[in-house]
Amino acid sequence: MRTSSEIETISKRASRAAGFTWGISEEIGKCVRLLELYKISGLENLNDYLKKIKNKDPKGLQKVEKENRLEEGNFCPIFTGVALLDASHKVMELKKLSITSLDFPILLIPFLNRVSYKIGKMIEIKFDDIEILLNLNNYISSNTDLRKKILKSTKQLTINVIENQDTFDSKVWDSLYKLSTETFVDESESYHHY
Amino acid sequence: MIKVDYRDPKKIMTLSRLGSFHQSKLSFLRSFIREFKNWKFDRNSFELNNEGYGSAVYSVNNGERTYSLVCFANELNADERSDRVIATKWDAAFVLHDGIPTQSDLNRLKENVPKQEVGRVSYKELTLSRANKSVRIFDHVIEKLSQGLQPDHRLVIDVGYLYRTTAVYGSGKFGLADRYRIKDRPEICGPFRLEMMLVYLVRQFTFDQVNHIAKCKNPQKAVELSHDIARNLGIGNSTGLGMAPFIVNHPTLLHNWIFSREEALKQIREIKKVNVDDFEYFKSCLERSEKNINSWKTNSEYQNEKIEKLKSDLNNLKKNFFSELDTKQDYLWNVIYSWIEENLSDEGVEYIVSMMMEPYDSIIEPLVANMSSDEDQYFDIPAEKTVSDLLSIIESHYSKFLDINFDDKESVANFWFISKNKEEPRVANRYEEGGSHLEQPLAIARDIAELYKRLKKSPQSNTVGEFLLLNQEVRHVVRRCFIVENFPYSEIQDNTIDKNLIPIDMLRLKLSFFGAQKFDPRSDKWLRINMYQGAPLIHELKSSDDTWMYNLA
Repeated sequence: MRTSSEIETISKRASRAAGFTWGISEEIGKCVRLLELYKISGLENLNDYLKKIKNKDPKGLQKVEKENRLEEGNFCPIFTGVALLDASHKVMELKKLSITSLDFPILLIPFLNRVSYKIGKMIEIKFDDIEILLNLNNYISSNTDLRKKILKSTKQLTINVIENQDTFDSKVWDSLYKLSTETFVDESESYHHY
Repeated sequence: MIKVDYRDPKKIMTLSRLGSFHQSKLSFLRSFIREFKNWKFDRNSFELNNEGYGSAVYSVNNGERTYSLVCFANELNADERSDRVIATKWDAAFVLHDGIPTQSDLNRLKENVPKQEVGRVSYKELTLSRANKSVRIFDHVIEKLSQGLQPDHRLVIDVGYLYRTTAVYGSGKFGLADRYRIKDRPEICGPFRLEMMLVYLVRQFTFDQVNHIAKCKNPQKAVELSHDIARNLGIGNSTGLGMAPFIVNHPTLLHNWIFSREEALKQIREIKKVNVDDFEYFKSCLERSEKNINSWKTNSEYQNEKIEKLKSDLNNLKKNFFSELDTKQDYLWNVIYSWIEENLSDEGVEYIVSMMMEPYDSIIEPLVANMSSDEDQYFDIPAEKTVSDLLSIIESHYSKFLDINFDDKESVANFWFISKNKEEPRVANRYEEGGSHLEQPLAIARDIAELYKRLKKSPQSNTVGEFLLLNQEVRHVVRRCFIVENFPYSEIQDNTIDKNLIPIDMLRLKLSFFGAQKFDPRSDKWLRINMYQGAPLIHELKSSDDTWMYNLA
């Protein structure tokens, strides 16, 4: 079994060799490592993607907008991921974004997971029939088994910032609060107050 | 009460100063021995043939967890023995296993550990190493012991070790456990603690091996190596450039090491009334340590000059300043520090700084726990900050780099690369060797200067994220700027590709934190050191004190 450290190093070096700058390659190393830790095929998606862009000029977002599309061709998941990461505040502000035509969407997941951590909100992403929930870089949950998934591209990917909301209503809270007060002790008048 | 400032990183983080650092109470060998003192030690198996080839297993246990050193000693022809990284065979190979290895683990390790980089270990293994015998003394020691005699004391101590390691690997390399799997174990919270454990146990194996071979050679007459001689033997280590980029690639870790030293010095300088016993203890450590300086032998002109400076610094201190000192004087350490900074060379200043820590367990011990770093925490770039914020950081932390003329060929003469043969970092002259287009991102000074130039041309109110959209070539140094803002000792304040770069200064910095002594540069790119020379033997650990490195015979 390859270690996380080996996965990060090889992803970083291979990305550099494929033409990404050192700074971006460092991001790729971290992100592929994250995917592999979640048992998602980061390394294989990266390998296929780097082959695909050999001698090509991949494009990312030049500005983060509500709707993002290129006149021609597909977005690069790496440049797109880095742009979203660097504009996390804008992602939070826009709340809902769409990206039309994106290569290897699985490679975008760890970048958005880091965005989720930076803005302190869960993010839901949808592409094809896949729905993924990212929770502050702590866990990834999905309606689809992503373990062996290699997706070459998607026509449309949507990003939805989920407002922090309780999963319960106030009745449930009140009931539990009432029970918790049974650990309290009545304070008598003789206690000093500080 | 006086308030002492931390020393200026721009002064302390220069390579000439970092290359003058010495071991101290903060060093990892010493903190490891302090941690290890009360552990239980066992030799679980020792299956060597009459010539000393075979395998052995040693285990150590702190009451909660067991770690085992698995050793493989191999037959090697003299012409196969090499310290160079291109070597594929060694006299012995070692691995530190998490727990006690099963027979199936041992079978697996036997197949893989002797192959080192081309073998494969598992997450159950923590560190991996190999070593070669000292040609100068190994056979001599066995010959003498088998005759019932002790080896030539002077010769043995001058060489200083029976085996010399040529690499010690950890943290996820070749299948070893990733750091995150074990980082929360309190007994290994100090950096490189598992590497230190491996080397200490290897030292014991080297003693057991020579005793065993001598006994097999002459069962009637052979004697065991005397404890006095054994104690004065450590483990040698040949270290090349692989270690140098480490300190550039781990900025927050570097900061934590240096900051611990700076914090210790600050607290010591702020002591108003210096206890007489503490001052006497400092003086006695200083006096005992001079034996190490006087027996420090090297053929390196560069190092010999530094040793001479150190000797002359210590003479100067004793002759011209010691007599003036009195513990009745307030802030005595601060007085001493001000004087040495004014009157001694970098070697002398840093030597005395290390010595000043000796009396202060209560200051040092809490700092040892802060010498690791969870580096992933500091990886993300706060891209919402502005170009103007970034410019201020550069002007305040990297001003020195902005004065370097990078159009001058000499300022960019070198480049760092990864060798295809061994996948290890190397440095070469850009104008004499090919491959500079594959340069590693270690030219921090040049790249910061480039970043500064680009930032100056950008709208100051733009966010860093907006700036990066068009400037991803400098992303790696943007990240560093935000690290240095919070970790001021994280960056070497010198140009690491300058024509006059002395890479061994980078090695020496790291090795001084390991606790190595007697740096012996064999060129400007690699050096030999000794680890654990003078350290207590395993049966002496419980009663040992923390100044064992000054006990050399």
